[in-house]
Amino acid sequence: MSAVTDSAVARLESVLGANAIFTAKAANRDLYAIDGIAPTAFAKPASADQAAKIVRFAAKENLSVIPVGARTKLFCAPTPLRYDVALDLTALDDVAHYDPADLTVSVGAGMPLAKLNAMLREHNQFLPLLVPYYSHGTIGGAIASGLDSPLRNAYGTPRDFLLGAEFIDGAGNQLKSGGRVVKNVTGYDLHKLLVGSCGTLAVITRLNFRTFPIPESTQGFLAAFPSHETALAARHKIIHSPLTPLTLDVLNAQAARLFDGHSNETAPIPEIDGTHWYLFAEFSGNPDLLARYRRELAEIAEQSQAGDMHILEDSAAVAALAARLRESIAHVREDFAEPVVVKLAMPPAQHVHAATVLQSVVGAANLPLVIIARASGPILIATSLPAENSRAEAATTSPVDAPMVSLFAREILSLARSFGGRAQLISAPLHCKASYRAIFSESLASEHLLAKRIKSAFDPNNLFPTLDAPAAPPTPPKSETSPRTSHAQEPASQTDLPPSPPAPPPSTQS
Amino acid sequence: LAGAPTSTNSKAHRDLIRALEKLLGQDAVLSRPEDLILYEYDGSVEKGRPDLVVFPSTTAEVSEIVLLANQHNIPILGRGAGTGLSGGALARSGGLMLVFSRMNRILELDFENQRAVVQPGVVNFDITRAVEHAGFYFAPDPSSQKSSTIGGNVAENAGGPHTLANGVTTNHVTALELVLPTGEIVRVGSKQGDGCSYDLTGLFVGSEGTLALVTEVTVKLSRKPEAIKTLLAIFETVDDASETVADITARGITPAACEMLDGWTLRAIEDYIHAGFPLDSGAVLLIEVEGMLEAVTAQSASIDEICRAHKAREVRVARDDKERELLWKGRKNSFGALGRIASGIYVLDGVIPRSKLPQTLRRIQEIGTEYGFNIGNVFHAGDGNLHPIVLYDLRDNEQFQRAMQASAEIIRYCVEVGGSLTGEHGIGMEKSELMPLLFSDADFDFMRRIHDAFNPKCSLNPGKIFPLSKGCGETRLRPHHAQTFKPESAPAPTPEAPVSAT
Repeated sequence: MSAVTDSAVARLESVLGANAIFTAKAANRDLYAIDGIAPTAFAKPASADQAAKIVRFAAKENLSVIPVGARTKLFCAPTPLRYDVALDLTALDDVAHYDPADLTVSVGAGMPLAKLNAMLREHNQFLPLLVPYYSHGTIGGAIASGLDSPLRNAYGTPRDFLLGAEFIDGAGNQLKSGGRVVKNVTGYDLHKLLVGSCGTLAVITRLNFRTFPIPESTQGFLAAFPSHETALAARHKIIHSPLTPLTLDVLNAQAARLFDGHSNETAPIPEIDGTHWYLFAEFSGNPDLLARYRRELAEIAEQSQAGDMHILEDSAAVAALAARLRESIAHVREDFAEPVVVKLAMPPAQHVHAATVLQSVVGAANLPLVIIARASGPILIATSLPAENSRAEAATTSPVDAPMVSLFAREILSLARSFGGRAQLISAPLHCKASYRAIFSESLASEHLLAKRIKSAFDPNNLFPTLDAPAAPPTPPKSETSPRTSHAQEPASQTDLPPSPPAPPPSTQS
Repeated sequence: LAGAPTSTNSKAHRDLIRALEKLLGQDAVLSRPEDLILYEYDGSVEKGRPDLVVFPSTTAEVSEIVLLANQHNIPILGRGAGTGLSGGALARSGGLMLVFSRMNRILELDFENQRAVVQPGVVNFDITRAVEHAGFYFAPDPSSQKSSTIGGNVAENAGGPHTLANGVTTNHVTALELVLPTGEIVRVGSKQGDGCSYDLTGLFVGSEGTLALVTEVTVKLSRKPEAIKTLLAIFETVDDASETVADITARGITPAACEMLDGWTLRAIEDYIHAGFPLDSGAVLLIEVEGMLEAVTAQSASIDEICRAHKAREVRVARDDKERELLWKGRKNSFGALGRIASGIYVLDGVIPRSKLPQTLRRIQEIGTEYGFNIGNVFHAGDGNLHPIVLYDLRDNEQFQRAMQASAEIIRYCVEVGGSLTGEHGIGMEKSELMPLLFSDADFDFMRRIHDAFNPKCSLNPGKIFPLSKGCGETRLRPHHAQTFKPESAPAPTPEAPVSAT
């Protein structure tokens, strides 16, 4: 089979030198385990060239490869079907290029995100990508995981500021896409495909970004509301006002409680009452602008029946709350016994409906529920499965049918589908992870076919982890698309098409 | 396609016309040479005549047309308004052209979620017109926005002056409906924007019509800013103006737009537009700041200060919407104005790091002098997206070749300083031979794999993006004008095409 044999290791060592490839201690290999599955060997290339050599070697020997960074977000990745070599990219942490005057930077994928921002800060710049596990994670991992940053409200997602990338395909070719200028339409935007690809397409070795000036003095606004309707109504008014806050999130009581439980920051924050819904916004600007934000946010909140309101003028207090918001997923994973975290991408006006449904479903099952509804983004949902029950269910029947496991997922999927949205699993206990991923893949049956073509172009021999396949048998074409009536006439599926006629001999035309 | 389409007077060709007429109606199919000739140009220096032009009205029709074309082994391509500047919507290999002008309906306006769902033939500015009453607009604003269509904007990932702060087309598209070269109809992306698979929307936007035909687009609607201030900074020299842009950028100020017009160009424009540009200046910057009132006031004060620190002779502020619109009219019609003074104009689209702006503009002037051309510059300075304009005499082949060589030299310089071939116009059939300046053979092989994952027979828009030796369908490609436009110059065919300026 494909496990790394001693002779393969010896040959790989001869290619790279003994310092770059490791199999020795099982304990070290366990550091790279994904869902309890450890690789046979791990390699830590010192350069993109070395990384490419390893991939070429693996391709030749039919060894599977999983690229990893600081290993903080491996829980997002699909459970590996095979896992021979962990390709540790943390040594690729160079700054290939930084032009502060152009606000562009090009760094190795192994560069820690926090270290990158520390460097940019010297020039009063930053990368607005504040994802969980921020202080240890690498930039490559932040991009590959596709996790959400609260700052997307003001700066967009990586697809809006990733200018280009260098990467290694499944055959070991070193490739590039895009460039390092802020505007560019030269060639296909292949680097966009790497965002959220979770190591399934390529080994990312270098990333080029647009950087941004650090906003001048940032302040915060935190208000408590009696219900999700009132909190989301306030958020709606802010979205449709001239105000342009940096972040704008609505959190339920349980989400806000995460703030409380993780107050390892020294700065004081307002006391969070665990029974309300909260709206948290960060905003920045000159003193006139800050005064206006404070005034108008308070006015809007009052109109929507806000109770307690706090203006956070102290930048340390704002930073403390922002850090907790950024780390919500990490906190859920620490606090909950069997944490399930899902991202539900739905248009903002539908968040009220989503919150209503989620509360009734999860409430009925008497499970904890965390909801963070991001203004310009998705809803992050977390719950904690009742450990013993769900295990028992999963053991007695096929995982997909386990009622407790699938209830939550099916409800979320149907919520997403009813508004042309998407649901994505971020984290789940191992025993039900595959079921969740498969269930959520159902919402993309037609996109899945396209994604598979992309996957084969990047990784023809499936060296990298495979994509999720939908759980259900292929559904009829009608259910693949959004329920809009303007497309009642759906096309024939791929297999229904007549075969193309054979091509006639070439000739020139003049 | 490996093979040639049926000859235009063959029975098979007549059968195809009949089948298309049956499907679409007689008034939706053009096959007479005098009709087809209208579709052999776009805004570039290239040309390529289709063998047939059809006007589908629905996605289902598009799919049926693709199936018919496949049965007849004839290449296909999509076209919007034909305002492109790189030959993207030209039938380089002949074939069947789908013109989307009848698919011009706005299907859904969702102000709550700030989205519009539109057909590809909707004109860019018509989206803004349909939503401005509610306080919204569609942000990407190519100079062609009053005629170019959203389908074409998506294919080329079009930009425009205000993309500096607001982003280009791809930043404003959240979902697409597509017809693949097999006739399959698929949807990618979501209304909100996030998917849970690969960013397929991000791949298809800007793929220059080589992967799929776009039949429906979900776009973001932006809220009209509360305050806008338009400044016209007047400089004695291009150097002072470009130093100003570099300084504004380096200080982290991002205006909504920051455009430069050099003195030579604005004199040519002023004669035509009467926008009020000062005739004796070396260069002007047209800078717009927008957003919340307090931020706009502060930003424009900083910009004013930076301009004066770099020896701006005067910084004017547009007093009202009318003055503002006039300034923008002058900017957006500049290529057209130049078309009045030369029979041939060639617009480049190179991009450079903003920090390299002063030295690059100096180099462009040197190249102009070396090759004997006046090279004007009207461009998106804040993005580092240059539009050097080379004017030449269309009837003079030697001059045309020199113009192409000078252009290639400018692009080479852009790449040397860390830039790129095109910022918003696309590679098309015009810049494809320059692609090796940036990409290796391995890169081309890989791009080709992505291309072939959707368009394996090269039946859709052949002869675009890839250099001739790296692409597909070369055997039946017609020669094109910019073949001199190569890193190592090659003999050029005689230019025949009149040049329409956009």
